[in-house]
Amino acid sequence: MKKVINNPEQVVEETIEGFLAAYKRSYQKVENVNGIVRRDRKDKVAIVTGGGSGHEPLFLGLIGEGLADGVTLGNVFAAPPPTNVFEVAKAVDAGKGVLFIYGNYSGDVLNFGMAVELLEMEGITTNTVLVTDDVASAPTERKDERRGIAGDIFVVKIAGAAAEKGLSLEEVTKVTQKANDHTFSIGVALAPGTIPGATELPYTLADDELEVGMGIHGEPGMERTKMMPADALTDKLLEKLLAESNLQSGDEVAVLVNGLGSTTLMELFIVNRRVAKVLEEKGIQAYDMDVNSYCTTQEMAGFSITLLKLDNELKDYYSAPAVSPYYKKESIGGNVYAK
Amino acid sequence: MPNSLQEVQLNAVQVKEMFLYVGEKVRENKPLLTKIDSAIGDGDHGIGMSVGFTKAEEGLRQKEFTTINDVFKTIGMSMISTMGGASGVIFGTFFIGGVKGLDPQEVLTLPLLAQILEGSVSSIKQRGKAERGDKTMIDALEPAVEGLKQSVIGNQSLLEGLKVAESLAEKGVEQTKEYVAKFGRAKALGERAIGHQDAGATTVWIMFTAMREWVENAINQE
Repeated sequence: MKKVINNPEQVVEETIEGFLAAYKRSYQKVENVNGIVRRDRKDKVAIVTGGGSGHEPLFLGLIGEGLADGVTLGNVFAAPPPTNVFEVAKAVDAGKGVLFIYGNYSGDVLNFGMAVELLEMEGITTNTVLVTDDVASAPTERKDERRGIAGDIFVVKIAGAAAEKGLSLEEVTKVTQKANDHTFSIGVALAPGTIPGATELPYTLADDELEVGMGIHGEPGMERTKMMPADALTDKLLEKLLAESNLQSGDEVAVLVNGLGSTTLMELFIVNRRVAKVLEEKGIQAYDMDVNSYCTTQEMAGFSITLLKLDNELKDYYSAPAVSPYYKKESIGGNVYAK
Repeated sequence: MPNSLQEVQLNAVQVKEMFLYVGEKVRENKPLLTKIDSAIGDGDHGIGMSVGFTKAEEGLRQKEFTTINDVFKTIGMSMISTMGGASGVIFGTFFIGGVKGLDPQEVLTLPLLAQILEGSVSSIKQRGKAERGDKTMIDALEPAVEGLKQSVIGNQSLLEGLKVAESLAEKGVEQTKEYVAKFGRAKALGERAIGHQDAGATTVWIMFTAMREWVENAINQE
């Protein structure tokens, strides 16, 4: 596997070093662990996100004004150890509590869970919101077992804005949980990403095949089919997504078309064009559309579509400014997408 | 076979040496574990275990040990604080769960090993919420530990006990092929996970094999 790395066991440390070499004006490393925090921290509820590395710009690209205050990074595709989570939370706690936001994966739940116990002993209050946006990962009746994918972006965005406004930990948790409950994603894989240092592909997809609903670590999806044109594929994904999210004509959504690594922006725009058209036909208003590769899996090919169903409260927080080197949202006033 | 072999017991330095050897064996099997885990898991188990045992080795080599407790604790804390993933917590708990609350011990005998690992099993089950048949490392560990306990009752030597544990762990690994997974990426596979063995259970088997080998080699060198 060709990869621009040095030692596979050092990729996370070296990624952090490179990130900080570029952005040390705004961020600093947490001593002795793979964690990064904002330099200008405020007297507010602290937001901490994180998970396995290898999905850049997730998670380190989500720290900033109106976003997360700290990020805890595990090895490639592996949850961060409890001590790492603990140190990052301790570094950002301003005495108002810490909200953890991370994707619902066994490893993350175990490690963050252990860190929560350690933090309790230190007298630091925490709450947790698990991101469960991947509608393909479990049926509706087992919604809480679903995994988190690109929906992390919306959930952290809303949480960051709520915390920035000065809400209490309970209030921030409540609105963040609501953001998660309103966030629905589905992905499609065209080709696998590789694990740095691995000599074999983690799974294979034939040249003319795609898998609908495949997870970002190659978790099996709903259906493996032949390649198809962008519009037909987008329609297929939206059909499932719209059914799951129960969106009705007149509803408003924020949309994210997220590339998984090697799928080009050109392809993503072609998908987004179709998403916009289908939503319009259904009478669903796109309040905002974001086309980017935030949640990737190395050179994995494919994309995901995420819909955040907005109500007035979520819209306010969504519209608040947010700034990181990899995520920017100017303050949104008025709906430019509305006709 | 001379009598002393039946009564083999290990001091803290020997236990440390034994686990250094176990780590070496697990690291040697990194490609195999990666392959097994890639089939139904997320493919990081081999890398994670390798990182964990490398850090455990660093921890073990930095210190002088007088108690068994300290050896286990050093390995477990190295794993918990460096590996991450589900494996970090679970295999860290393998080493820490059993010595938690245990009075300082200077020699490892078969009864003590059985007692420590029995504590590990219950700690792991409590933390990971897995039971037998869920296609996890518990499927190899629990029968292996039962084997150790049976060997204690049968007045067997440490080596005999480890042989029994090794073979029951191997059988446990084989049985994981028949199970649907309840955790991790494999869970999403449903019935498609059947036919594949669990990577964590495989690691447990490798660990018991390595412990048995080390004790056997130590006896042969006597």
